[in-house]
Amino acid sequence: MNAEWGMMSAWREARGERLWGRIRPLALTLPLVCLSALASTDGAAMAQHALVSPQNLRVIDTPSEAGGGLTVLWSKADYDAPDVRYQILIGEGAEKKVVAEFAADSHYVRDLKWPWWSRPDRPEAHQFNLRSGRGLELKNGTSYTVAVAVVKGTERAETPPVQAIPEPNWVNWNQMNNLLLVLLFGAVVLGSIRTAKQRDIFLRRIPGLDAVDEAIGRATELGKPILYLTGAGDMSEPSTIAAAVILGRVAKRVAAYETDLLVPHRDPIVMAVCQEITKQSYLEAGKPDAFKEDSNFFITTDQFSYTAAVDGIMLRRKPAANFFMGSYFAEALLLTETGASTGAIQIAGTDSDHQLPFFVTTCDYTLIGEELYAASAYLSREPIQVGTLRGQDLGKGFILVVLVLGTILATVGVLFSTDWPRIVLDLFKDLK
Amino acid sequence: MIFLRRQLPLVITFVTGVLFTAQYYVPHPRSELMLTEVTKWLQIIGGFALVLGVTSLFHIHAVKIRRKEPGWGYSLVLYAGIFGTIAVGFSYSFAAGQWVNGKETINGIMTAFGWIYLNMMVPLQGSMFALLAFFIASAAYRSFRARSREAALLLIAAVIVMMGRVPLGELLLPVSGDITQWILNVLNASVRRAILIGISLGAIALSLKIIFGIERAYLGGGKE
Repeated sequence: MNAEWGMMSAWREARGERLWGRIRPLALTLPLVCLSALASTDGAAMAQHALVSPQNLRVIDTPSEAGGGLTVLWSKADYDAPDVRYQILIGEGAEKKVVAEFAADSHYVRDLKWPWWSRPDRPEAHQFNLRSGRGLELKNGTSYTVAVAVVKGTERAETPPVQAIPEPNWVNWNQMNNLLLVLLFGAVVLGSIRTAKQRDIFLRRIPGLDAVDEAIGRATELGKPILYLTGAGDMSEPSTIAAAVILGRVAKRVAAYETDLLVPHRDPIVMAVCQEITKQSYLEAGKPDAFKEDSNFFITTDQFSYTAAVDGIMLRRKPAANFFMGSYFAEALLLTETGASTGAIQIAGTDSDHQLPFFVTTCDYTLIGEELYAASAYLSREPIQVGTLRGQDLGKGFILVVLVLGTILATVGVLFSTDWPRIVLDLFKDLK
Repeated sequence: MIFLRRQLPLVITFVTGVLFTAQYYVPHPRSELMLTEVTKWLQIIGGFALVLGVTSLFHIHAVKIRRKEPGWGYSLVLYAGIFGTIAVGFSYSFAAGQWVNGKETINGIMTAFGWIYLNMMVPLQGSMFALLAFFIASAAYRSFRARSREAALLLIAAVIVMMGRVPLGELLLPVSGDITQWILNVLNASVRRAILIGISLGAIALSLKIIFGIERAYLGGGKE
């Protein structure tokens, strides 16, 4: 700096003080003029941006819904910031009212839980979902006028209004991955059944089901009855259906040994179905005369009244074997602990994961979750049934691969702040 | 006859199975309406089935009383309970000045029917539920004896979780709270999810077998 100043002084001396006097005002004012010009350009640009209304406004009927919803979409703007606010206006005619107001750096399409194939716009675009509630009622088939306004301090700019009509939809596109995977799994199961018809498929041992014969044999030797419970569910639950199907297999063997069978029920429809199943099993075993109509009987639909009654049966009749199949709630331990106190051999099978610890601790054998559904195939050994087990195993293998792949992709997405892993992850999202 | 007993139920199962699987993917109000209607049908069928159930109950206990089977006195109590409650439910409430009609209270006045429910049914249900605490203790005692390596592991995990769930336990062993959370959120949750995946696949496979008529045992027979 000092050197420069020295050079300047020398130059001044060489050219004379007069020339410097002429250019000095220009040299001092030029940067100031440039700076002020720049500043005024910036200010003008900012003022201009703040006043520009939201661009590319679109209002569509909210897809994949039962109607009564509109989705408002518009482009991201340069002025999107926490101190700038968007207002959503809606009305049936020309008159509109503000129904929502939020910060301009929120409500992006990427925030929606919709998968990529049903997203209505690019992830960086803005969205707002209008639906009935809180002073707003959207009727299907009615035309609404929607506008979006941007507010910054005292400035406000509003888009031209757009018309839209909410309509009920026939397809929930968000769940299409669900349908696709069910169809895929269905095809795998049916394919496995076909394979099972052509060649033998290995079935791993399930000790709980191997013990069924042992339990029935023991009851026969002791001359005591067998108690079979189908759980708390009704006939619409897969676990109850599985329990009823296993009852058929158990009843067939019970019929062969001519042992007493007691099946108390909580649901009259389940009772009626189980009566038919038991009757058929006795017929198939060639012992129709041994069938007793009242082996299946109804107690009550009330949880603890039923439990008290079954506990009473256990203590009075002292069954040699107790089967607990189906779904259970708080009564599980009350039943199995009473059964354990009578010294009966106990086999449980349930998909009620919250009751599994109680069954495991109090029963001799427990069919955990899917084993309940596998029981029918295991006991019958029919190729068509065994094939479904193979299908389930292939399904589990597929899920295992997806879990590993999904974990890797989700990690990559977070580490590199990238969005492309969602293309794969969304395919397996929200599966029910 | 075979058609009515075999083919017709299979056709109904297939059609309704496919229809209601599709219903899950149709958000239209008509689809919801169909589901609501069918749910009502189920309730009506359930009502008829209850007649079957009560008939079965009466029959079983009538036979017990007639044959003087062991415990037949309880069957008498059951009859007295059922008919007594029905009679009270249809009786006239002098306090409220109108027929009870199965109501527990009328204008804030408790009916005899309500009294039976509140002072007999509720305490009995509560007593049954309360037994659970003792049964948990006895079951835990049997299970947590460290007879094998697995049982010992179970015992250690149980002690840590129990300590982590009560204030005194956390006071004595401050780290137990964190370990408990880890056991529940990592070990327990992962195993539970694995079980749930298996259950879901099993349930889907069973549903497919029923819809396509592969599994027919629920109709009261095996393969045909």
